[in-house]
Amino acid sequence: MRLAGADSNTESLEGEGRVDRKKQQEAYENYVKRKTPVHNLPANMTKAFITGGIICVIGQSILNYCEKIGLDKDISGGWTSMILILLSVILTALNVYPRIAKWGGAGALVPITGFANSVAAPAIEFQKEGQVMGIGCKIFTIAGPVILYGVFTSWVLGFLYWIGKIAGLL
Amino acid sequence: MTQGLQSIAFEQSPYVVSSASVVGKKEGEGPLGKMFDMVETENLFGEDTWEAAESTMQKEACLLAMGKAHIDKEDVRFLFGGDLLRQGIATSLGVEQFGIPMFGLFGACSTSGEALALASMSVAAGYGDYMLAVTSSHFGSAEKEFRFPLSYANQRPLSAQWTVTGSGAFLVGKKRSHVRITGITVGKIVDFGLKDSQNMGACMAPAAADTIERNLKDFGREPDDYSRIITGDLGYVGQSILFDLMRGKEIDIKKNHIDCGMMIFDQNKQDTHAGGSGCGCAASVLSSYVLPKLERGEWKRVLFVPTGALMSTVSFNEGASVPGIAHGIVLEHC
Amino acid sequence: MDYINAFWVGGLICALAQILLDRTKLMPGRVMVLLVCTGAVLGALHIYQPIQDYAGAGASVPLAGFGNLLWKGVKEAVDKEGFIGIFLGGFKASAVGISAALVFGYLASLICEPKMKK
Repeated sequence: MRLAGADSNTESLEGEGRVDRKKQQEAYENYVKRKTPVHNLPANMTKAFITGGIICVIGQSILNYCEKIGLDKDISGGWTSMILILLSVILTALNVYPRIAKWGGAGALVPITGFANSVAAPAIEFQKEGQVMGIGCKIFTIAGPVILYGVFTSWVLGFLYWIGKIAGLL
Repeated sequence: MTQGLQSIAFEQSPYVVSSASVVGKKEGEGPLGKMFDMVETENLFGEDTWEAAESTMQKEACLLAMGKAHIDKEDVRFLFGGDLLRQGIATSLGVEQFGIPMFGLFGACSTSGEALALASMSVAAGYGDYMLAVTSSHFGSAEKEFRFPLSYANQRPLSAQWTVTGSGAFLVGKKRSHVRITGITVGKIVDFGLKDSQNMGACMAPAAADTIERNLKDFGREPDDYSRIITGDLGYVGQSILFDLMRGKEIDIKKNHIDCGMMIFDQNKQDTHAGGSGCGCAASVLSSYVLPKLERGEWKRVLFVPTGALMSTVSFNEGASVPGIAHGIVLEHC
Repeated sequence: MDYINAFWVGGLICALAQILLDRTKLMPGRVMVLLVCTGAVLGALHIYQPIQDYAGAGASVPLAGFGNLLWKGVKEAVDKEGFIGIFLGGFKASAVGISAALVFGYLASLICEPKMKK
């Protein structure tokens, strides 16, 4: 096999070579894609399914307990989030959560516990850089975008909803 | 004396007088564990932060290398050092106390080659009797700077490499030993446009192929003229790409190629995916595994090619590609 | 029964997110953002709430549920307060989650030292 990108790439730098270079890069990228091993997707999906499922079942049991003792629906939901977040932060602090995530992948990332981990992990890591510039500035390095885009999306939807109401459509 | 397009063949080859390797716990548990000079089971090396731990590793490696050769720090003319952190801070803080005039280098994971090349050039040119070349990397500090906080719940892709916690120091000089640096090939930046920082082997393989080909052409050698061609940290993915690229150049290095990143960890037992990486990877393996074999004469001549992926967190976020670089160092038994 | 529904719906959302992680170049952070936004949009389209009624925590615990919660908060606030509600509802509804993560995360940083990955 002779690779498109295998020649010394200096030749293609000159003059009309720009298009060639782009083609070469694409060829190399595709070739690398073929060469690079990837995780076994069905296996990983199964693990994510089990891990995520278990976390949701724990959430459901907290929810059921809260409703049983007579709390209203929203407050029960609040308790559920709060307790799951607490559990996740404790497991993160004990360095257990990364191990769950290594096995469970998205199953540990996607639930609210993954969100809590993404807040606690930078807080712990950057404590050495100080209270304000370290923990303070960097606590949201991973979770910040989630809050920004979540709030922004719901703002846009809310704005459309408000217009819809004014126009009498809704 | 210049040789070919990118190489130098020394008329009076400098010697690798001594060397030392210092590594962390995981590296100590790896296949080469017993060969390192110092294995610290506490990854902070008694310090408070990963960055300070890395500096300490460099300091220890330098002290060990000088101690082995019975050379005082006052006798070392210049120090060439580097690491992966921003502004090379691990080196600056690590070697400060020696008071050796120094050059801070950055060549990503190829820095050990860059440092050895400059050190041997300086000795060969007669600018001093002894030069020190040192590099390091630390899993904690590298992961924190380039990827995620350590306790963040992410899954590493199979192409990802594990940054080696380790440092290697080399004393290059005029005092006779059993290994000498007879030539170098300075690599150029090779960019095939890849943007995946989690697949550094693929980003660096083209640079390694370029430098190896250049070295063979400049010196008029065949791959068989080297007992081994040793790349720095291409890993499993990078090695298979390197073989394909070399086949495209009609050069076969399969027989005598080894890769430091593939040797330092046990892929099956240590769950390091595509292998080790980092400035400390090539340096610690060269010191602990390669140089002893050359000293004993088991290998006569090797080509050491540490490879680097030149990227920053900013360039990565801005969608720039990850160019590679590789330097070739010819080491011979004598 | 509600446990089984929570398990399979929650598991399914995670399994689908795993495809994004493994087969696209999306980093984990982007997958999280995508889920929250999807949840908010599905909420506004009246699709997410029926799922949540069926699956309970299986739909509210994944981050898409967080998006739905944000939308619900904004909608309720708009119904009650009009225009200013667009700015009021999101944070109010998500206050417990964000405050808990911040407070517990901060406390953890006071107690714990950074540790190496295994």
